[in-house]
Amino acid sequence: MIDDIRTGLRCSAGLAASTFVLGVTFGALARAHGWGLGAPAVASLAVFSSSAQFALLTTLAGGGAAWTAVASAALINLRFFPMALSAAPALRGGRIRRAIEAQTVVDGSWVLAHQGEGRFSRGVLFGSALAQWPAWVTGTIIGVVLAPSTRLLDATGLDVVFPAFFALLLFDEVRHSRSARTAAAGGAVITAVLLLALPAGPALLGGAAAALLGLRRTETEHPC
Amino acid sequence: MLTIWICVALTALASFAIKATGPAILGNRSLPEHASGVIALLAPALLAGLVISDLLGSNWSSANAPLALGVLTAAAARTTRLAPPACVIAAVAVTAVARAVL
Repeated sequence: MIDDIRTGLRCSAGLAASTFVLGVTFGALARAHGWGLGAPAVASLAVFSSSAQFALLTTLAGGGAAWTAVASAALINLRFFPMALSAAPALRGGRIRRAIEAQTVVDGSWVLAHQGEGRFSRGVLFGSALAQWPAWVTGTIIGVVLAPSTRLLDATGLDVVFPAFFALLLFDEVRHSRSARTAAAGGAVITAVLLLALPAGPALLGGAAAALLGLRRTETEHPC
Repeated sequence: MLTIWICVALTALASFAIKATGPAILGNRSLPEHASGVIALLAPALLAGLVISDLLGSNWSSANAPLALGVLTAAAARTTRLAPPACVIAAVAVTAVARAVL
């Protein structure tokens, strides 16, 4: 378990760096939109989701009603439902403990903890979240306090870390499996089309529907 | 300001519930047999979606060439069996240079 946590921490170093920069961006933007000093930091501590927090911030900044801002943030985070459900067998304890352990599920930790064929490493999940959470909160606080220009942050190119990292994992995931390649192609196409009309969260959920191809595979393998 | 705090609190509660519900309901039980095939394909489907979502953004408003160039660099570097961290560093460098040039 300890070794797995260490692995999660080590493998998440790059993600944590990118998360930190993203946190600085969120903190700087939140301050610029009158969120004050405390609310951005508390949001990063309690929500721990860059996409949801940016959705909340931009909806409120655009003059949207409070309920639409919360709804858009929640919609974006809906993708964590199937992700947490898939990781559930790796979690331990009673219902409350499992619910708390599931809070470590974020994009990066879920991807890193996946060991293939739907199995997850609990230690890697924890280790990855342990690396990214403090980076996200610290970045937010520094962003609020220093309020650097977002143009400067873009110039570093660090925003490519997440998509590049996901692309590398995808590459390894589909290399030896035809059904994985089909699901990936389906997920990419569905997500791209849905993004034209929906926020990222629901679009990703739609893309995840490509995994339903797995039902066909199971039926083939277990015809009875 | 009070609105912001209420929104933050409600979003935090919603996020907690979204992540907690599945594992709390499932408890100690394993996933049903027919779900295992779907779960196995969830990673490639969601990973592909995450890459596309990061590259395009909502309404494809975030689509930009330097970011796509960076991701392609990472993938190309991986085909040469370069270690993942080195691939990501190459992607960051290419993205930064492309932003400076384009």
